[in-house]
Order: sequence, then C-alpha cells, then structure tokens
Amino acid sequence: MSQAAAASIELRTSPHLRSPKTVDVIMRNVVYALLPICAFAVWNFGLSALALIVVCTGVAVLTEHVYCVLVKKPTTVGDWSVVITGILVALILPPALPLWMAAVTSFISVALGKIFFGGLGYNVFNPALVGRAFSQVAFTLPMTTWTPAQLPGRFVEFIPTSLTIPFLEPGSLQGWLSNVAPDGWTGATPLQLMKSEQIGTEASQLLFGTIAGSTGETAAVLILVCGLYLAVRKMMNWRITFSILVTAALFSWLFHLINPSQYPDPIFMLGAGSLMLGAVFMATDMVSSPETRLGVWVYGIFIGIMVVVIRLFGGLPEGVMYAILLGNAASPLISRVTQPKTYGAVRKSRKQAKEGA
Amino acid sequence: MQPDSLSFIFLNAFLINNFVLALFLGLCPFVGVSQKLETAVPMGIAVIVVMFVASVCAYAINTVLVRFGIEYLRLISYIAVIASAVQLVEMIIKKFSPTLFRMLGIYLPLITTNCAILGMALFQTFNDYSFGQSLIYSLGAGAGFTLALTLMAGLREKLQLANLPDSATAAAISFMLAGLLSLTFMGFAGLGS
Repeated sequence: MSQAAAASIELRTSPHLRSPKTVDVIMRNVVYALLPICAFAVWNFGLSALALIVVCTGVAVLTEHVYCVLVKKPTTVGDWSVVITGILVALILPPALPLWMAAVTSFISVALGKIFFGGLGYNVFNPALVGRAFSQVAFTLPMTTWTPAQLPGRFVEFIPTSLTIPFLEPGSLQGWLSNVAPDGWTGATPLQLMKSEQIGTEASQLLFGTIAGSTGETAAVLILVCGLYLAVRKMMNWRITFSILVTAALFSWLFHLINPSQYPDPIFMLGAGSLMLGAVFMATDMVSSPETRLGVWVYGIFIGIMVVVIRLFGGLPEGVMYAILLGNAASPLISRVTQPKTYGAVRKSRKQAKEGA
Repeated sequence: MQPDSLSFIFLNAFLINNFVLALFLGLCPFVGVSQKLETAVPMGIAVIVVMFVASVCAYAINTVLVRFGIEYLRLISYIAVIASAVQLVEMIIKKFSPTLFRMLGIYLPLITTNCAILGMALFQTFNDYSFGQSLIYSLGAGAGFTLALTLMAGLREKLQLANLPDSATAAAISFMLAGLLSLTFMGFAGLGS
C-alpha cells in the first residue's frame, strides 16, 4: 500500500452520522419561536409587558451565570435554555405584577426549579412553572390581579403596580383603572367570567388574544403558529401538544353537550387561558416529559383531562399550570409502565419466570 | 357533590386533603422509603391495609368508649389498635416475602408511629363519620398516601443519575421534591365543591 493511500484512510469511532441539531441549536430556535409571542404581548399590554420580559429574562440568565461562576464551572448560559425559562416566566405572569415579584419568580424558577436539580437535563419539573406555582402561593393577590388589554396609553406609561418598590406590597389599582379601563371592566379574565358567571367570550377575541390574561398567553392562534414552526423543524414533540389539545377539546365538548348553559364549548376551552401556551411550550419540555412513544400520548391525554377537570370542577378558574406539573410528576412513572418491548424478546410465562428466579 | 357523600369523602382524602401533600402527615416513611418503587408500592399497600384495619377498630372502639363515657381513653386505645394492626401486617409480610421484609427494614414497624394513621382515625371520629364513611375515608387516605409515595419514588429514581449540586444531596432533594409535589397538589383545592 502506498503512502498516499494510507494517509487517506481516516479512523473514526461511531456515530458516523451526525445531526446538526445540538441542544443549543434547538433551544435557540425555541427562543425564535417565542419572540413573536413576546412582540404580541408588548403590543397587547405595552410598556409593563416589555419590562416584565426584560427583567425575567435578565434575572434568569444572571442567576445561572452567577451560580456557574460561584461553583467555578464553565457557564451554561450559552445553551439558551435559561433564556427560554426566563421568557416563559414573563409570559405566564400577569402584566400588572410588580417587577420585583417577577424577578423573585424568575430567580426561584432557575435556582430551585433547575439548578437545584442539577441543571439542564435533570429538572424533573418545568422550571418556569415551578416559579409560577411558588408565586401563586407567595403573592396570591398580585398574581390574580388582571388589567385590560389594548389600553390607549399603554406605550407611554407603566401599569402603576409594575414599579412597586422592592419588598413592598403593590397599591390598589382601583383608582387608575377607573380612569383608563373601558366601561364594564370587571377585572376578570375570560376564564374567571366563565367560572363565576357563566359568561362566554367571543371566539375571535379568544383566538386573536385582545383579552385580559397573563402577559403572553392570550393569542391562541399566534402561539399555535409558532409551535407549528418548531414542529415542522422537528424541534418539538407535536404528539404532546396534539394529544393535550384534542383531549381537552373532546372532553369539554362532552360536558358541553350534557349542559351547554353551564359548561363552555371546546373553542372556549382551547382559546382561553394558558392552555395553548402550556401545551405548545411547557408540556413539551423534553426533560420533564416521558421518553417513550406511547408514554408521550398517555402524558398528553392525562394533562388534557386534568386541565378540563380543574377548570370545570376545581376551585380555581385556571388549571393548566397544575395539570402540567402533575404530568411532570407522573412522567417517570408513565415512562416506566410504557417501556417498549425489546426487539426479539420472548415473553416469559409465569411458570418460567418462577423457575428462573 | 355533597360534602358527606361517599365519593366526595374518598376524593377529599385521596387528593384534595391528601394526607402527605396537603396535611403533611406521615412524612417519615414518605421520605424514608421513597428511594425506589420496589419499596414504595408495597409500603403504600401496607399502609392502606393498616389504615383499613385501624379504621374499623377505631370505629368500634369509639362506639364503646362513647357508650361508657370514657372518651379520654381514645388516644391510647387507638395507638394500641394501630400497633397491633402493624404487627399483623409485619407478620404477614415476613411470612410471605422475607426479601420485602428486609427491604422495608425499620420503616415497617415504624408505621405504628406514622401520624397519618392516627390522624386518619382521629379525623374520622371528629367528623362523626358513619361506619361506611369511615371505611371509604380510610381507603381514600391510604390510596392518597400510596399515590404520593409512588410519585415521589418515580421522581427520585429519575434523579438518581442526576448531577446534583453538593448542597442538594439526599435529604435536601427529597424535601425539595416533597415541597414541589405539595405545590402541585394545590391545584386540587376546591375540587368538586
């Protein structure tokens, strides 16, 4: 063999087929998919929403970076996953939440929801939802104070409670709202109206999102389109989103057929609240959802059912957060019972198994 | 749902006021045997059995105590009943599965001091449940305990290979998980009312 031929032989270990989809490429694309939703949120709620997104993302990135510096590890901020957590935290908080509370939520999300469990790849619960569940308990009143969307002066002034001095309770919004809010504003989201007074909201408003609610949860169609981008690029497991939405729609349709005056129709169920955002961006978190193919369907169906059960029969108007957290908690068990059969394995009969043991 | 209907009593003990995650009773075995599913599930079943036996006995004893007007003996007699129920379960497990008996170790006799069981017996007395309601209540409480234990064990198994920071070793991560699970169960607040 000549020297030239020998030089052209290159020895490599497997894998020989490499996919360009590394963690940071996928995560960066998720951030791209979140950006239109952020833009809509700012257009919908104005300056306060912008500040909320900036503060939450900043605190999230800072928390992870400072932790890495403190423990003398190479910083993991570059994988973009913490940016997703930060943006998601902002999108699921009410726009009038004081910024310092948002910062605490973001810190809790990253510190207790992610770093404490060993960082990316080990967080058993979705970090953003951990933060929100914490704040729901810690700051109950500000977390359930809603402001109307599309206020005329939203680009020039903050919602007054946004700028509350850190560690102080926000003041009442009543005076400000009576000046700026449209007539008939009751301070309720569509879900609360449905829960307490069985008042529906127009489908077009629900789908295009010019309604009150958490900062980024309102535009159902936009969120779905952004999710579609990720699904087409195969960077998201569409089966989870699909099964959640279909289950929630079918299950609520069943109750709607039984009693249309008390239970809302499926369009309302899908468009209102954070179901769309949760199903597209939070339930599909690769780490905290089951790994098996069958398990993914079970997980989606479970979350869909829980959302409807909590919304219709629970004490709270919105149940997406708790439904997804429950799904996260159950996902190790779901993966375990839905293990695929090993190729070529022969099922042991009970007798054989006993003899073998 | 009616607050004293059987299905609501079950749901209440099972999810809404879950003994571990909402009332914070029985945390010792909850943290102690939730390392693996192999121990968590049998432990849950053992607790269901003990709760069921204790519920039946507590109902009978309470009737007798009330008849003679000696309710002050309630606490001590409940404890005695629970201890004997645990002895019964212990003997059965030791006879039929010595491996499991060794795996559960000290936590099996410790069911005696599991406050979830005493709590269940006292709650059913204070709520004036009828015999049927007491049985359903004890089954719900036991099933709720098993559910919490199983969820916890699944999560801890998943975290076994995790790259935990030094400050989040065994006990810390268990309590963290317990806290997060408890936050999760707040979603059931007000269910069915």
